[in-house]
Amino acid sequence: MMLEEFNQIGISERERQQAYRYHLRVCGAAGCLSCGSGELKEALEKEVDRQSMTGQVEVKSVGCLGLCTAGPLVQVEPGGVLYQQLHVSDATAVVASLASGPAAGLCCPTDQHFFSRQTKIVLENCGRIDPERIEEYIACQGYTALYRALRELTPREIIDEITASGLRGRGGAGYPTGLKWTTVSKAISENKFVICNGDEGDPGAFMDRSVLESDPHRVLEGMIIAGYATGAHTGFIYVRAEYPLAVKRLRKALSQAERLGILGKNIFNSGFGFDIQVRLGAGAFVCGEETALIASIEGRTGRPRSRPPYPAESGLKGYPTLINNVETLANIAPIIRHGGDWFSSIGTEKSKGTKVFALAGRVRNTGLIEVPMGTSLRDIVFEIGGGIPGNGTFKAVQTGGPSGGCVPAQYLDMPVDYESLAGVGSIMGSGGMIVMDQSSCMVDVARFFMEFCRTESCGKCLPCRVGTAQIHNILSRIASGFGRSADLAAVEELCDLVKNTSLCGLGQTAPNPVLSTLRYFREEYLSHIEGKRCLAGSCLVSSAREVL
Amino acid sequence: MTSGTVLPRKRRVRPVGSHRILTFKINNRDVSSREDESILAVARQNNIYIPTLCHLDGLSEHGACRLCIVEIKNAPKLVPACITFPQEGMEVSTCSERVIDYRKKLLEMLFTERNHVCAVCVSNGHCELQDLAIQLNITHVRYEYLYPRLALDGSHPRFIMDHNRCVLCLRCVRVCDEIEGAHTWDVMNRGLDTRVITDLNIPWGSSETCTSCGKCVQVCPTGALSEKGKSVAEMVKRRQFLPYLQKMRRWEEE
Repeated sequence: MMLEEFNQIGISERERQQAYRYHLRVCGAAGCLSCGSGELKEALEKEVDRQSMTGQVEVKSVGCLGLCTAGPLVQVEPGGVLYQQLHVSDATAVVASLASGPAAGLCCPTDQHFFSRQTKIVLENCGRIDPERIEEYIACQGYTALYRALRELTPREIIDEITASGLRGRGGAGYPTGLKWTTVSKAISENKFVICNGDEGDPGAFMDRSVLESDPHRVLEGMIIAGYATGAHTGFIYVRAEYPLAVKRLRKALSQAERLGILGKNIFNSGFGFDIQVRLGAGAFVCGEETALIASIEGRTGRPRSRPPYPAESGLKGYPTLINNVETLANIAPIIRHGGDWFSSIGTEKSKGTKVFALAGRVRNTGLIEVPMGTSLRDIVFEIGGGIPGNGTFKAVQTGGPSGGCVPAQYLDMPVDYESLAGVGSIMGSGGMIVMDQSSCMVDVARFFMEFCRTESCGKCLPCRVGTAQIHNILSRIASGFGRSADLAAVEELCDLVKNTSLCGLGQTAPNPVLSTLRYFREEYLSHIEGKRCLAGSCLVSSAREVL
Repeated sequence: MTSGTVLPRKRRVRPVGSHRILTFKINNRDVSSREDESILAVARQNNIYIPTLCHLDGLSEHGACRLCIVEIKNAPKLVPACITFPQEGMEVSTCSERVIDYRKKLLEMLFTERNHVCAVCVSNGHCELQDLAIQLNITHVRYEYLYPRLALDGSHPRFIMDHNRCVLCLRCVRVCDEIEGAHTWDVMNRGLDTRVITDLNIPWGSSETCTSCGKCVQVCPTGALSEKGKSVAEMVKRRQFLPYLQKMRRWEEE
């Protein structure tokens, strides 16, 4: 495809949109769909017909609008009025309001910090474009970065740009992306692969799902650029089968990109070819670990192997393989478009850019947010999140899922970046953020995550297989009021063993939730053991007492 | 050659199959090795003892029992010697206090996982797990026993599989796949529910792929796989075939 043809797609799409006077953007991500946004969209379309405004109003399904707690959401353009918690019966009022001004009772205030304090790079198109139409992505400057990369830049220049941006892996560990790309590009091999890791398994995390559901083309664009920069011609997207909507939209995006020649042979007449295949996970958390993920793609059991060799040297089928997280790849196109310096101007000294978080738990505004690195936890929980509902008091925020830890109130003013979180015993993780108030029992929280690790341990190495079960047994005993005074020392010793001798990241980080709660909430453990009571009143001890 | 042009120096090409030779230290002793030899292999050549369980000469490495962990100077993590390769100047310690402490804990943990009751086991006295416990001087187990209720498969006419004694070293899986070529054994489930299975989890006796060669029984370190008709302490494993087969295979390949 030539540049003129490509630009024409964007121009005619913009013309098509301008022909409508009003746009109703109905959130079509999994959260809102589950509270009925599908039916709502149909009702709105019918209502538009009924009020004979067919040529004037476009009703379209868009990606995540962010404030999941208030779903189903509908945004009206022009004007940006946001309607929340709509019911099918509200359709009449919404359509009528287009001419008469915002319908009062249904509005969601858009001047709140939830919207104003965010910086959107990865989510820039979320809630704006229809994820199932490639034309809309192209109309929003989509694939221009790819065109520039393939036609104007050398692989070396692209990698330099990524290195200059300071982008670090968004999967959790924060490995410098530029360095990873350099390693793969330097490997001499007849064949190389790019893998997109979309096996998001942390409880309470839904960033990758939302990105794939709301803007799948952005991930494809990042992958093709990664392929060109590292010399790979085949890519795999590994998505969990629990995300059927993301898979459906990805497949649609792939076929659309292939139809336009953006995927396949000789992309943009550059001579470079790239193919992408989708692979589905079968429900194992450990398959998010890169070597297990590769085994799973190869058709073997998803069990990790020891590194080195790292996948960059010997990965899929023994060839050098680049594995990046969905969010990492979603950052690539904006970096190529605006330059690495622009990206590195956002964030902190060591953590650049923005981070998408899935805000959940005891917080008013649950949903998907994107903030610059270095934003304080207080800003995220109290400004963007709107604080704790029902006059509750903040107790801790859990980041990084089963590999992370609980950050207590004394660190609320800490900037959120890789180093700070690691410093207080947690990790950045993929972006799950669970807020807890005084009603959460920290022993129970630790027990929950250990149970998760115990059931998700692949069973290959001894410390993870048996150690997680041993820790879980002791924690369950403490949580049900039968704890002994020697238990805490035993738990700490076991955690140390599992952390230091496990084979892969799952086992090495599994003790983190326990260790961090022991560090900051030791008195809760002690009250369970010595006083047989739960300070939060929410775990098994308190219910056992009631029975007695 | 015209003056002024500088040709790049020709890179020396190594002959195929050759490897660099390194020297490094194990327990402050200088040792030399080929770059493709594991720390474990080099240690064994130098009569330095490192306990192992899932490792068996002649089979591929599994790296799962973690008993062969060693400490490398200036490295934050402990590494398993069986799948770690030496680097020039590396300083390895196989018996530091930290390593021995972890090894003991790991072995104790292994004893808690299933029902290892030596006194009534066919392999009593000839068991690698038992030997390890004696070598590491384990007198008691600090963790709680999990006492799982596990089945026993006696459907094969000549052999018995007792899950109570299995340590999931997967030697049986590897020997069946790599040496016998039948791939009758495999693994199912995950975490504590992990079990070795025959074919697609059918009784061993009705397996169609099993050649009844018995290699799995002979490589099993414990009493999990044994021959029928053996009473307590009577099951002695014979592994002589493995180095022989391995040698013949290598000779064939060359």
